Amino acid sequence: MSDLFAARSQMAMSLAFHIVFASAGIAMPVLMAVAEALWLRQGDEAGRALARRWAKGTAILFAVGAVSGTVLSFELGLLWPAFMAFAGPVFGMPFALEGFAFFVEAIFLGVYLYGWDRVSPRAHWLAGAMVALSGTLSGIFVVIANAWMNTPAGFRLEGGRVVEVEPLAAMANSAALSEALHMTLAAFAAVGFAVAAIHAHRLRREPRNLFHRRAVAIALTVGGTAALLQPLSGDLSARVVARSQPAKLAALEGQFETERGAPLRIGGWPDEAARRTRYAVEIPYGLSLLAFHDPHAEVRGLDEFARADRPPVAVVHVAFQVMVACGAAMALTALVGAGLFLRRRRLPDAAWYLRLVTLTGPLGFVAMEAGWTVTEVGRQPWIVQGVMRTSEAVTPMPHLAFPFVSFTILYLFLAAVVIVLLRRQVFASPRLGADAAAEKG
Amino acid sequence: MPLELWLAGVVMVSLNLYALGAGADFGGGVWDMLARGPRERAQRETIAHAIGPIWEANHVWLILVIVLLFVAFPVAFAALATALHIPLTLMLIGIVLRGSAFTFRGYGGQDDAVQRRWGRTFAMASVVTPLMLGVCAGAVASGAIRMRGGRVVTDFVSAWLAPFPLSIGLFTLALFAFLAAVYLTLETEDRPLQDDFRRRALLAALAVGAMALVCFLLSSSGAPSIRRGLAREWWSLPFQAVTGLVAAGAIGALWTRRFPLARVLAMAQVTLVLWGWGLAQFPYLIEPDLTFEAAAAPATVLRPLLAALGAGAVVAGPSLLYLYRVFKAR
Ligand code: HDD
Ligand code: HEM
Ligand code: HEM
Repeated sequence: MSDLFAARSQMAMSLAFHIVFASAGIAMPVLMAVAEALWLRQGDEAGRALARRWAKGTAILFAVGAVSGTVLSFELGLLWPAFMAFAGPVFGMPFALEGFAFFVEAIFLGVYLYGWDRVSPRAHWLAGAMVALSGTLSGIFVVIANAWMNTPAGFRLEGGRVVEVEPLAAMANSAALSEALHMTLAAFAAVGFAVAAIHAHRLRREPRNLFHRRAVAIALTVGGTAALLQPLSGDLSARVVARSQPAKLAALEGQFETERGAPLRIGGWPDEAARRTRYAVEIPYGLSLLAFHDPHAEVRGLDEFARADRPPVAVVHVAFQVMVACGAAMALTALVGAGLFLRRRRLPDAAWYLRLVTLTGPLGFVAMEAGWTVTEVGRQPWIVQGVMRTSEAVTPMPHLAFPFVSFTILYLFLAAVVIVLLRRQVFASPRLGADAAAEKG
Repeated sequence: MPLELWLAGVVMVSLNLYALGAGADFGGGVWDMLARGPRERAQRETIAHAIGPIWEANHVWLILVIVLLFVAFPVAFAALATALHIPLTLMLIGIVLRGSAFTFRGYGGQDDAVQRRWGRTFAMASVVTPLMLGVCAGAVASGAIRMRGGRVVTDFVSAWLAPFPLSIGLFTLALFAFLAAVYLTLETEDRPLQDDFRRRALLAALAVGAMALVCFLLSSSGAPSIRRGLAREWWSLPFQAVTGLVAAGAIGALWTRRFPLARVLAMAQVTLVLWGWGLAQFPYLIEPDLTFEAAAAPATVLRPLLAALGAGAVVAGPSLLYLYRVFKAR
């Protein structure tokens, strides 16, 4: 394993791990705040039991999110020192702002988790709302930093040195809005669907359990709304990519030749040797239409880029197909649920629908990992698009396979423990009344 | 005052608060490991209770230090992350295991074997992390990390795997354990339990003194320029005298059971040690090749960064006070 490859793998593995917990840190506080509001305003016992139960899960997820995020902050330097020496001052501002969002988040999470009996119910609810707000903001800030790597702005290069650095202009880069929006929705969609799936699975066995009914209702409303908006936001992302990262767009779509009126390819396998994408269903003019809102727009193909400047096509294309397929399935599930709800004015609890929700449960996280693969692998060979190559950024430290393997083992172990703990502590069905008393003790 | 000095100041303050908060949380882990006697269980419970609500907030100071380094002093961040790759990685593994094991133990059910397994992991990680933090600080102070043209030219091991950095690592560990034991005397009203922590605090104070002596003796060969700096400056003798007096005062307050006073003095002692190091090393960020001035990002970055820090402090400061008021009213 080359050191560069080990460094890339370690970065990818750490991010893929962190993003799961970070998403929970963004969306779980919102679910808890809704559940607790049901209790505060309507005296709904199930809402209170849910908030307490979810808080336990969130405590576990948040701790792992915090430590794995700390690993990332160090890894930026441990693995990519040349990148940070160059880019730190330019794109660092959102990280600094994120730092304060972390403070607020960690502080009010402490109050939320340990303060049930120490602060007033209102103050407790407000603490939860603060966690939700600051969690969302931390996600937005860090994604703005990532957007800068895709569409760098706010500096000039003069003989290899950065000059005229303007951190605020760097934050206002052209991908910032679309990425931050898409990621925030992704967190709500993925977490909402995953939580709904777990409780839907239980509800199918115990149809009268109020606890699980409330849980499905809350999680599906939050997740479903996000899932319905996600394709619109994805379209915005795609158009930004089309304008600013043509090689990434070509890889995403398996477009080898420059072409007017390019078709949209669904599925298929890009064959780099033969320079064409096989076995795809092609919708004429689809790509030109979607990417530029003009059926005859020219789409630049991979052939226009030197071999050394192209991303790995197959990985990016397949990952993109996976994300869009998951997104479509989730949006459809949400749409069907909304239709059922509007017709009967109650939670759609037919066994087949609950089974559908259970099946789509993991798709949000699959889409999220796939989407990040599109973004990050699609940017290769650049660490900062068009400015610095990943190979120029890597640390001179040898034997990088060693930390990569160590952190992988550590994270696999943590993941296993988290799953066991969540199963035991969070997923089991409580009996209302008796349970509320037990939870207090 | 030049902009980069303001930022250097903020980095030092953050490091200071990290030491006072998270440092004591790690020290708590040490006393969890060394919990003994008839009140073993009560000791562990007091520690867990004290750390639970605040460790994540305390931990964020370290993240702020890292972020400030890479935004305001990017060359230094790159150099430290390169030269200290190995101890920083070990420290990270410690951070990951400490935080997750502590939480897993808290939410892992009451099964004794499970509790003990996570407890041991938590305690071991609480030793490794301060040790490595101190080793890194010692390596920076020792002047063994050499740079040319903005790049590190020393190897990846010799700067930190040496007697002086290792002794600073042990010194840091002792200091954090001392701080934790002093805080813990105020976390319980139970007199025998309080005495347990008082005894531990006094023992730790001895360890701190012993390690301080070892570090001082090793510094003549291990960190010569700092040693020289300390000897030459006009402020250094009074500064060291004050530090010594404060340390003695903390022991006296413990001895006479004036625990709130002991807490203040212990915090002052840690603060003085940290700033003494910073001042002795000034104007170098990394001895002897990189000054704060040379490492600093352009003013167009530092100015908005300071503004952001000010705005952030307005939000985070009161929140932090609120947290401490809710959980640490005594
Ligand atoms: C629940 C997760 C989820 C779902 C359902 C979707 N996405 Fe997505 N997508 C992400 C989660 C995600 C992500 C992981 O969050 C990414 C990575 C970077 C980003 O901003 O969002 C992403 C990136 C991303 C990019 C690349 C942006 C870039 O490189 O800058 C495009 C073009 C799309 N998405 C388009 C879509 C479309 C057309 C979807 C249609 C359904 C879709 N996404 C559903
Ligand atoms: C928003 C914050 C993020 C930042 C600042 C960031 C930054 C980076 C950096 C510096 C690298 C190494 C250089 C490179 O290979 O280009 C990288 C690579 C990578 N990241 Fe991200 N990343 C972010 C989010 C994510 C997430 C959430 C994932 C989840 C899966 C991810 C997946 C990857 C992958 C797969 C690579 C390796 C790409 C390759 O080398 O082929 N990234 N990222
Ligand atoms: C290079 C990339 C990244 C770095 C350096 C990073 C850094 C961090 C750090 C240091 C923490 C711990 C904060 C604490 O102690 O409370 C953290 C947590 C968090 N991160 Fe990241 N992060 C990265 C990528 C991401 C991405 C892509 C997201 C996406 C939305 C994200 C969202 C969050 C959230 C919401 C939290 C707090 C919730 C939790 O701990 O679960 N981060 N991150």
